[in-house]
Amino acid sequence: MSESPIRDFLVGVFVLMGLAAIAYMSVALGGASYRGPGGLQLIVTFDQVGGLKPRSRVVVGGVKVGQISEISLDENLRARVVIDVDERLELPTDTSAAILTSGVLGNQYIELEPGGEEAILKSGDEIEFTQSALILEQMISRLVQNLGVDSPE
Amino acid sequence: MNAVPVQRLGRFIVRTVLNLGRFSVFSLQVVRISRYLPRRTRRLMDELYHIGWLSLPIVCVSGLFVGMMLGLQGYNTLIRFGAADSLGAVVGLSLIRELGPVLTALLVTGRAGSAIAAEISSMVATQQLDGLRMMSIDPLDLVIAPKSLAMIISMPLLSALFIVLGLLGSYIVGVIFLGLDGGSYIASLESAIVFQNDVLVSLIKALVFGVLVALIATYRGYTAEPHSAGVSRATTSTVVTASVATLIVDYIITALWGV
Repeated sequence: MSESPIRDFLVGVFVLMGLAAIAYMSVALGGASYRGPGGLQLIVTFDQVGGLKPRSRVVVGGVKVGQISEISLDENLRARVVIDVDERLELPTDTSAAILTSGVLGNQYIELEPGGEEAILKSGDEIEFTQSALILEQMISRLVQNLGVDSPE
Repeated sequence: MNAVPVQRLGRFIVRTVLNLGRFSVFSLQVVRISRYLPRRTRRLMDELYHIGWLSLPIVCVSGLFVGMMLGLQGYNTLIRFGAADSLGAVVGLSLIRELGPVLTALLVTGRAGSAIAAEISSMVATQQLDGLRMMSIDPLDLVIAPKSLAMIISMPLLSALFIVLGLLGSYIVGVIFLGLDGGSYIASLESAIVFQNDVLVSLIKALVFGVLVALIATYRGYTAEPHSAGVSRATTSTVVTASVATLIVDYIITALWGV
């Protein structure tokens, strides 16, 4: 078969389009380009993480600044969560962390609330002030107990 | 005692094993001959045009409409639970993990796999491959290897385009037609998709399907009986075998990855 510049150009266009689609899936959707370990690694310990999962969001004031890289149990049988946040972030040492839910049945994420200290957190530091995930069933059972106690005999 | 059924079973088993063995030998020969492919870039470009570029319209249109269908179905199901904002996650996960690679493989089998088998088997029927051999040109080198490699390269690219067009289709239905919030569609899509678990598996699947379809189509064409019925038989069995193999292998990959 003979040389055909138009055909070669179309093949080139096809390959470029395909690669662009793969790149879009990997980078924009899959988050493959995320800085990964090397950002600011912080350790947060919770009594209860609920439905938190690796790669869940970490936000400050609602703005995404990082993600959860690892969830495990520490020696005191509490949940130890390693979060990976933007290294340019200057978080005071008295920053607190809370597990919140987006919407009623939405995904859970960690919200960091900066405190007022001068010193800032460095990689490997632990966030001391934490608020665990709210478990709907526990809240309901507590509510039912309280109602039961308060009701007149 | 009637031994005919047992005999038939035996013949079936022997034929199956023989076919598998021939297929494996054929695959190995194609892999070995592929080291001469750098000399065949001209042929490879032609095949990429036929298999890749010409499959583009059918793959894009199918992707768009599969996405629109998923958007509509997903919306109607999710709205009952008040979770229509998760439409992006539902559509994205089903497209990337399963539908994208599998439907692309089925479409490409029908569009290009059948054409490969028909072309090669009619070359067998008209003794063109024997002619090549007489000129001491290996048909595996000139005909089979470029077609196989073009199929293997095209499949992941087509699958990725299918997925992106599908996401666009469900965005059109969900956000523009049904009035969902565009931001939450994209946000639920982005938070649901993980590169290692979803995108990588999707690409691996597409690549494996590309290898499967390429080898089955060229094998069926290459071993076709040299007459016109052989051509039609090779084409039919290519589409049937490749489609079924795609679905079976898809389950195996999904199960192995431990989703």
